[in-house]
Amino acid sequence: MSDNPASAYDMSHVEETEERRTLAVIVDNEPGVLGRVVGLFSARGYNIESLTVAEVDRDRHRSRITIVTAGTAHTLEQIEAQLLRLVPVANVTDITKSKRGLERELALIKVAGEGDKRVEALRISEIFRARVIDTTNKSFIFELTGASDKVDQFCALMEPLGLVEVSRTGVLSIKRGAEKG
Amino acid sequence: MTVQTKPEAKTDTRQMTGAEIVITALKEQGVDVMFGYPGGAVLPIYDALFTEPSIRHVLVRHEQGAGHAAEGYARSTGKAGVALVTSGPGATNMVTPITDAMMDSIPMVVITGQVPTHLIGTDAFQECDTVGITRCCAKHNYLVTDVEDLARTIHEAFLIATTGRPGPVVIDIPKDVQFASGTYIGKEGIHKATYKPQTEPSAHGIKAAIQLMKKARRPVFYTGGGIINSGPQASEALRNLQAVTGFPVTSTLMGLGAFPASHEDWLGMLGMHGSYEANNAMHDCDLMICVGARFDDRVTGRIDAFSPGSKKIHIDIDPSSINKVIRADVPIIADSGEALNALIKAWGKSKPQDLSDWKAQIDRWRSRNCFAYGESEGEIKPQYAIERLYELTKARDTYISTEVGQHQMWAAQHYHFEEPNRWMTSGGLGTMGYGLPAAVGIQAAHPESLVIDIAGEASVQMVLQELSTAVQHNLPIKIFILNNEWMGMVRQWQELLHGERYSHSYSDSLPDFVKLADAYGGLGLVCDDPAELDAKIQEMIDYDGPVVFDCRVTKAENCLPMIPSGAAHNEMILSEITGEEIDEAGRKLV
Repeated sequence: MSDNPASAYDMSHVEETEERRTLAVIVDNEPGVLGRVVGLFSARGYNIESLTVAEVDRDRHRSRITIVTAGTAHTLEQIEAQLLRLVPVANVTDITKSKRGLERELALIKVAGEGDKRVEALRISEIFRARVIDTTNKSFIFELTGASDKVDQFCALMEPLGLVEVSRTGVLSIKRGAEKG
Repeated sequence: MTVQTKPEAKTDTRQMTGAEIVITALKEQGVDVMFGYPGGAVLPIYDALFTEPSIRHVLVRHEQGAGHAAEGYARSTGKAGVALVTSGPGATNMVTPITDAMMDSIPMVVITGQVPTHLIGTDAFQECDTVGITRCCAKHNYLVTDVEDLARTIHEAFLIATTGRPGPVVIDIPKDVQFASGTYIGKEGIHKATYKPQTEPSAHGIKAAIQLMKKARRPVFYTGGGIINSGPQASEALRNLQAVTGFPVTSTLMGLGAFPASHEDWLGMLGMHGSYEANNAMHDCDLMICVGARFDDRVTGRIDAFSPGSKKIHIDIDPSSINKVIRADVPIIADSGEALNALIKAWGKSKPQDLSDWKAQIDRWRSRNCFAYGESEGEIKPQYAIERLYELTKARDTYISTEVGQHQMWAAQHYHFEEPNRWMTSGGLGTMGYGLPAAVGIQAAHPESLVIDIAGEASVQMVLQELSTAVQHNLPIKIFILNNEWMGMVRQWQELLHGERYSHSYSDSLPDFVKLADAYGGLGLVCDDPAELDAKIQEMIDYDGPVVFDCRVTKAENCLPMIPSGAAHNEMILSEITGEEIDEAGRKLV
């Protein structure tokens, strides 16, 4: 027996790199369905980097849950299979793997400052095509839509200019082209 | 609630109360026995049950007993087991059986009462968040807040519990919904759009499997509880496929009985306390055909040394079982019976390859006689007790349940099964206290059969109160206790892993089981002499009523053979534990 035997619980011998994935999970919009999905992730030790949910088909009571997760190829395969075990889950699409994914996030960003800092904040917001949706003599609230890294970058630039707080939706995703799913 | 049904012309649309809907739906689902315990939040359902002659209600003494009894009923009949309990503690006491049924894929429908809808969320008397608590341990669950959804929900619950990979489904019904008047809808046409288990194997999967099977030199069938769940026709298909291929067969704990133990190609159970020949065959095979099993850690042992030279075909109805632990070369997502029949068809009239070298090797392993044990003068060895029990009951119509621990493993090793649905044990969750209430459920399903709970004196004390249930309902179960005055498996692990420091594993202050049986109105028997064992077992069998058999066995006997934690299949301990078998990393495992 080697010094460090792998056990049934130890999957580390299959050293694999972690990948970040965006999954679109279509579910029946019934009470507790989000709890089932979130509970599955915590019970089995999977990561959730971001999660958004809203009803997308009122007639069929279908909601779309967008989950950004990270894991090895083995874990990601299990996440999909485990999600599909949940009775109200209709289907799971790996948007990242499809290579046709579009991802967007909406952020509301409050920045307070005066003088040059205030002018600079406004100038940068124009570069990022952020909209000002509220203003006082001392503050702006910007509305920004874009990929997550763009939002990150904008927040980083606002930090020295008086960033007060940020509210983000988390990632939304959809596939390019004419087809559904 | 978004239960979808196809419109059906002849759908039943009677008006009745929610409680009557429950009983009517259960009847339509063919429920003849249910297990339960009343309480405030289920009184309307109990009231509707009062005048219902076609459903036998077995009153248990603790809700956990109702759950395990429903499991025993389900496992021994292939039908869904049904339990009915009240809100709050009634529901929380059901959590163990629900989890147990989830782990072992047992079809069960649990109906729980709930406080009235207007009190939900107010911390009302006997309120708990039943759907929240059971969300992660049930296959599915419902809180029914509108009586108009009730009938459809119950029918859908049975559909989900019994199809695909079976499991427990919980229906939480607030008391006002039980009183409210609503429309009864029949089960015809009930379906759930998002629930579509795949039962038919893919043609290319079957083709790929047959290609591997035809050129295998050292094949083995590794079969599991999925075959039992699929129904008797799946066991039949396994036997037929084995007959045309000649491949040897091993099984998990949950799959015992799917293949006859008397068959010359039966290897015995595999895994931690499985047979030497089964585990070595798994390790050395060149083709493993896994049917309805899930590569549990008790089966695989050390993963990176698991069957290193084999191709693996994995047949399972649950896609998440595939590649979860061991990567499959040929995954087939299907009902095991359908897949086995497809394999038989695809095999056709082909002659099986010459497996004589492989079978000769298996015979060499078999000749080690791994389940042999030393005789001890004047003492009953636990293995001997099971052997005698087997010999004296094998010709009868017998069902066996067990608790959890050494006695469970000895039962699996030394009691032999020829048919499916005869062996009820808690495999996945390992629930001490499963066997006695399970026997209650089995006996309720099979009133004329001999039902024996092979127990340990520690496990059985977790559920002793169900003796009262057995007596009340004329369920003549036999509780055969291998009494070694230890939590035997804990003691064995402490001997093996913790330097013989037997921390809190001694069963002190045991009850006098004979008096105990007497107190409950059953028969108590005690035996500590091998010479008297047969006669006492016969007395137990012949007694028309519940029996508690206190079988005093060798105290410090270890359950062997054993694959130590963190070791591979070919590193079994056969005869003696020295304490040197497990290294530091292995000690950290369970």
